[in-house]
Amino acid sequence: MTAWHQKTLTQLSNHLHQGDISSTALTEHFLNRMQEFNPSLNCYLAITADLALQQAQSADRRLKEKTATLLTGIPYAHKDIFCTQGIKTTCGSKMLENFVAPYDATVTKKLHEQGLVMLGKTNMDEFAMGSTNEHSYFGPCKNPFDLQRAPGGSSGGSASAVAAGLAVFSTGSDTGGSIRQPASFCHLVGIKPTYGRVSRYGMIAFASSLDQGGVLSQSVADAALVLEAMSGHDPLDSTSAHQPVPQYFNLLNNAPNSFKVAVPRSFFEAMDPSSQEAFKKVLEHIRSIGGEVDFIDFNIQDIVIPTYYIIAPAEASSNLARYDGVRYGYQTPHAKNLEDLYMKTRGEGFGAEVKRRILMGTYVLSSGYYDAFYQKALKVRALINSGFQEIFKKYHVIATPTALSEASLLKSHDHDPLAMYYSDLCTVSVNLANLPAISLPLMQRHGLPLGFQLIGNHFDELTLLQISHKLEQVSPWVDHLSPIKARS
Amino acid sequence: MYDVVIGLEVHIQLNTQSKLFSGAAIKFGQAPNSQACAIDLALPGVLPVLNKEAVHQAIKFGLATKATINKVNIFARKNYFYPDLPKGYQISQANYPIVSDGELTFDVNGIKKSVHIVRAHLEEDAGKSIHDLLQDYSAIDLNRAGCPLLEIVTAPEFYSSDEVIAYLKTLHRLVRHLNICDGNMQEGSFRVDVNISLRPKDTTILGTRCEIKNINSFRFIEKAIQYEIERQGAILEKGDKVIQQTRLFQESTGKTIAMRDKEDAQDYRYFPCPDLFPVHISQELLDEIASQMPPLPEDLLAQLTGHYELSEYDAQILIDNTALLQFFFKAIKEQQTPSPKAMANWLLSDISGFANKNQIAFEDLKISPADIALLVDRVNDKTLSSKTAKQVLTFLFEGQTHVDKIITDHNLKQVSDVGALTQAIAEVLEQFPAQRAELKSGKDKLMGFFVGQVMKKMRGTGNPEEVQRIIQDLC
Repeated sequence: MTAWHQKTLTQLSNHLHQGDISSTALTEHFLNRMQEFNPSLNCYLAITADLALQQAQSADRRLKEKTATLLTGIPYAHKDIFCTQGIKTTCGSKMLENFVAPYDATVTKKLHEQGLVMLGKTNMDEFAMGSTNEHSYFGPCKNPFDLQRAPGGSSGGSASAVAAGLAVFSTGSDTGGSIRQPASFCHLVGIKPTYGRVSRYGMIAFASSLDQGGVLSQSVADAALVLEAMSGHDPLDSTSAHQPVPQYFNLLNNAPNSFKVAVPRSFFEAMDPSSQEAFKKVLEHIRSIGGEVDFIDFNIQDIVIPTYYIIAPAEASSNLARYDGVRYGYQTPHAKNLEDLYMKTRGEGFGAEVKRRILMGTYVLSSGYYDAFYQKALKVRALINSGFQEIFKKYHVIATPTALSEASLLKSHDHDPLAMYYSDLCTVSVNLANLPAISLPLMQRHGLPLGFQLIGNHFDELTLLQISHKLEQVSPWVDHLSPIKARS
Repeated sequence: MYDVVIGLEVHIQLNTQSKLFSGAAIKFGQAPNSQACAIDLALPGVLPVLNKEAVHQAIKFGLATKATINKVNIFARKNYFYPDLPKGYQISQANYPIVSDGELTFDVNGIKKSVHIVRAHLEEDAGKSIHDLLQDYSAIDLNRAGCPLLEIVTAPEFYSSDEVIAYLKTLHRLVRHLNICDGNMQEGSFRVDVNISLRPKDTTILGTRCEIKNINSFRFIEKAIQYEIERQGAILEKGDKVIQQTRLFQESTGKTIAMRDKEDAQDYRYFPCPDLFPVHISQELLDEIASQMPPLPEDLLAQLTGHYELSEYDAQILIDNTALLQFFFKAIKEQQTPSPKAMANWLLSDISGFANKNQIAFEDLKISPADIALLVDRVNDKTLSSKTAKQVLTFLFEGQTHVDKIITDHNLKQVSDVGALTQAIAEVLEQFPAQRAELKSGKDKLMGFFVGQVMKKMRGTGNPEEVQRIIQDLC
């Protein structure tokens, strides 16, 4: 029999409902593994054992009383960007090292209403700025496939925890690829829904017009279950959509019999030959389940990174202005006057990457530069969006790689932030166009996973999940999942 | 030598239940920081949600000033650091104000003048820094942070402090009348910034301006303008240049002092707030709000002084007091034969007088328009004299109702019956023989004395005209 931590959410849900194991026992199993493996992986910033056991006990009651949902009693890992009432939420920053929110994020609230069990809060790049998780104030997180490598970022801790069998699934946030890229580096399913699908209330803001919460999981069905629970309009978030949430999980098997898939040639050609081979194999699988694949011209590769790295830092520079040492968070002990308080608090409280982005963002919004940078970037963003819309007139989904290379070695981007920025090439356009996208395992090369991405049209996560689920049946990457070193 | 040119920016605090982007209350004078929620404190992860009522109130203002209500509203962030600005930015409207191109007409010493309202936009207030409360620290009160403001900006079209004050008083009256602002200047609900410059007489190019901030009474505004005209005039006289500055009016000295120069002006890095989508205002909403608009003060004034023949003075008092005005309209509607002038008199003298004397708000008086209507009717049909009417009013104030029943119960019906009157008068004349002789010999002054004595005897119920006629007959 496979170990408890090697089972998917859907499998464990069955076991819980059949009484094969209690939520408390399952939770203890994961807590024990966390004790053992977290010191080397550093995927959890906080282990909330007391809360988890409490939640597990009440989940067991619900299971007994038959008021449990499919998620009740499942232990999960929560990215430390989501506020949790009474429990520290650090966002990976010294600035919020001791910050305890007096409220739950809407996502937190929705998940806990389902009776989920929160094992802990996961490591991340500071304020979600980074693609390697090395920009966490609390130290880098390791990739369970190779401890010398990064798990990706910014949801690196979330990816590492699930890949290592230290959580059944995890939450993530995705501003430019922060769910999909680490999912791809850790052989997981990672979905970023349409902008507005999941409430941003209580999810600490990086770039408000791009941020979106989502899920990292072991299977498409797992992702569908969790996403369904997370989604929906929230009166506390004015940008959350008034869109009904389909029953992703129940409708999972209703994939269209035939559908059209676009592959932008430029993205395919950017892959190295062995990735291309693996990708072609995926396309074969797609064809085998009714997909008609066309290679198309969609040349946005030169504009997406500059556009993203103007808009995201601009919003961040303003969003992070509230960390001023006046009301909460880090405050410098060395201030002589008000200006000094601001300069030192922010100078000492933020890490290098965050400061770099605040500077960039402040610059592009400054008078005299606004039109040349920010205003222009907004126009390009609108063009990218209409380019996608043109494609979706003819195609159901777009297939691209998630990232062009596997997880990088730790410290390899230390002196080259631009190289790190360009590693987001395949993912950022999705955020710029507010689209949903899912990263699925593609292959493992020398033991290192790499993923591919399916992009759907606005609010059509369902088609994306259905096609992915069907694909999962013919190309069972779940099997590839099990023999992960750290999972044994 | 010089002409003064003035433009005004008025911040009114809107009359909503809660803040512009959070659910916290906006009551004035509460314990510091007791009305600041997570959103007002700008805790991590919180998001703004626009208060629709504030939008509706801004629309009311736009409709009342015949302005364009812009259908697409974009909120922008104005970024700057200050301890009483928790988010590090203020959410305001930069390029897309909700109201533009309005006008307000007012009366300056009997002459009508209209001023162009360039724009009025919604924005949230900052908190308050208090620097003299604690010894080594500044204190911050965030109760005000996030309160909804409408900033009303006029073109530089005022050429005297008289014009400025006349405009401000008219605006002040309008926003209270629309019930979108309580107008309390001491509490900062109606704040005025004055942009003022001088230019040589009969020239058209504007001079360098100074902005005088947050002056909290009409008297101080007048003083500040006078001081600034003299100050800038003296500078120009010497051949020097006025420096573009923000200045503060000092109440203690009546002077303005420099606060910051233009060079210190910050780059606010305005950009559209990504937490709020553009707000679209539909024609349906505009129509709905238009249908609920109260009549405008100027229209009411025309109606009250024209159709109802009230004095401008009385009309203005009614217009300025919504409760009184509504009571007035309801009461004359209830009257058998409407007598607006008499009704206004009763409302503004005896009834308001009673309320003032007892420090009761007019709307808390225990009187109904129907009762007062009947009361005035009973004076008009001579059932009551003004004296007995006042007695009836006293009973009404005590909470009694049914005017006719009060008249019967307390025997207050006016007596015009000659027989009854003659008997009472004869008794009085007998009581004061000396005075009677004097009256007879032509001392007319004593008529009042006798009428008074008769009324006293009859507890005010005698018809005074009849009483006088009979006294004359009997003497």
